[in-house]
Amino acid sequence: MKPATSNLATKLADHLAKAEKTGKGVQPLTELEPELTIEQAYQVQLVTIGRKIKAGARVTGKKIGLTSLAMQQLLGVDQPDYGHLLDDMVVKNGGQVSFKRVLQPKVEAEIAFVLKKELTGPRVNAMDVLLATDYILPALEIVDSRVSNWQIKLPDTIADNASSGLYVLGEKPVKIDSVDLAQIGMVLYKNGEMMDTGVGAAALGNPAVCVAWLANKLYEFGISLKAGEVILSGALSAAVDAEPGDRFEARLAHLGNVSVRFVHE
Amino acid sequence: MEVKERNYLSIANYLERAEQEKVEVKRITLEHPDLSIEEGYKIQEELVKSKLDKGYRIIGPKMGLTSQAKMKQMNVDEPVYGYIFDYMVVENGDKLSLRELIHPKVEVEIAFVLNRDLKGPGITEKDVLAATEYVVPSLEIIDSRYENFQFTLPDVVADNASSSRVVFGNRLVKPDQIDLDLVGATLFINGELKALGAGAAVLGHPARSVAMLANMLGRKGEKAKAGQIILTGGITEAILLNAEDCVTAKLDQIGEVSFILTE
Repeated sequence: MKPATSNLATKLADHLAKAEKTGKGVQPLTELEPELTIEQAYQVQLVTIGRKIKAGARVTGKKIGLTSLAMQQLLGVDQPDYGHLLDDMVVKNGGQVSFKRVLQPKVEAEIAFVLKKELTGPRVNAMDVLLATDYILPALEIVDSRVSNWQIKLPDTIADNASSGLYVLGEKPVKIDSVDLAQIGMVLYKNGEMMDTGVGAAALGNPAVCVAWLANKLYEFGISLKAGEVILSGALSAAVDAEPGDRFEARLAHLGNVSVRFVHE
Repeated sequence: MEVKERNYLSIANYLERAEQEKVEVKRITLEHPDLSIEEGYKIQEELVKSKLDKGYRIIGPKMGLTSQAKMKQMNVDEPVYGYIFDYMVVENGDKLSLRELIHPKVEVEIAFVLNRDLKGPGITEKDVLAATEYVVPSLEIIDSRYENFQFTLPDVVADNASSSRVVFGNRLVKPDQIDLDLVGATLFINGELKALGAGAAVLGHPARSVAMLANMLGRKGEKAKAGQIILTGGITEAILLNAEDCVTAKLDQIGEVSFILTE
């Protein structure tokens, strides 16, 4: 790695850290550094994650973002991105999220994978993923942006850990045999009102394809997906804005329910 | 104020001619801006009678405007219904010619077959599930007879809720073990994923659509009948079709259904 890149990554990681410190979104990185590349953005992400690990956090898994055609078109990209999941991002099913922990949260419903075997790129395919999967779980991902008003371009969100916030997993592990992941139906409710419906295929046609993409992408960084890691495979619903007092619940066919409530304090 | 005399039969004939000649026509509320929904149904009744007189058989009722998005767009709080006739059925996997249609769109639906009649008012989702013999994976081809698919609520009611063609899957499925609101549906055209959703996209639960139908019919002293195939409304948005489209829908645990649109 060139020192110039490293300095840039450190500077931009500092910039994003300000948002977490002050609780206020910051200026987009792409305004500070219009030439910021995807590779540099992932370096920024790695600097931030490295700092958190140093401060005691543990990596629990990865999340895949920008898996829907709608999101890809919105950001003008043709592939997903990924971020790191840490142990301090876990919210228990049915639990509460204080608005002190989040800036401008949105909620999405997803299918989470837990692997029983390591997956190493390149050329990992969806069937490899199925065979390496221990079980799947219903999940709510609370996405959040350290960039003010979600004014993100692709490098902004990648640098910002793929706009990760918190995540909630259901408790009942489901084996994937006899379930067609692409056809798993999902309904997302906010305060009892239906917000959106979706299906596994909303994530790149099949959530297992998303996980395969991640394994192959990580190979570029010399990283593999490890047994026991949680992988949030991509949104099956639109991201819905959350306010204090809101309760979200997702119901997924075959997988069960997962819910979370937002509170002021 | 003098109420303009309306000849429901002649309006029904105007719409039936458009269907037969495969030409789009001006919506009727342009000439009759104060046409009510009830009058729309009176026109539909004439249309249905005319088809029955020609010897066609009713397969079952269909529900339309069952998604939140569509109801919001049309500013209504109740869906609409129409009727599917035998000549509208296309066999699973068969070809359908674009020449028979005007500007068809397709949507994925779950059809219900009841084992006993349901007559409103007061029919609930639970009543429907208890009376459901089978569900069937379905593709509905809607084809508004109106220019550019543009209409108001009375227009679409009069036009038999845009009914045009329907394709049923090969399997009759007992729904006992299936959460129908969580059934994932995907629509592929020429292999490409074009639309998706889960059963709850239909009024929160497809059985609620049948319940509302039974309650709407009940107001007229009619009922949802055992043995009819009831289309509950689109799980996916309706997608405009083009010649040479190969259309496939997959519904989790229920099955697949497809057809090919030719020139």
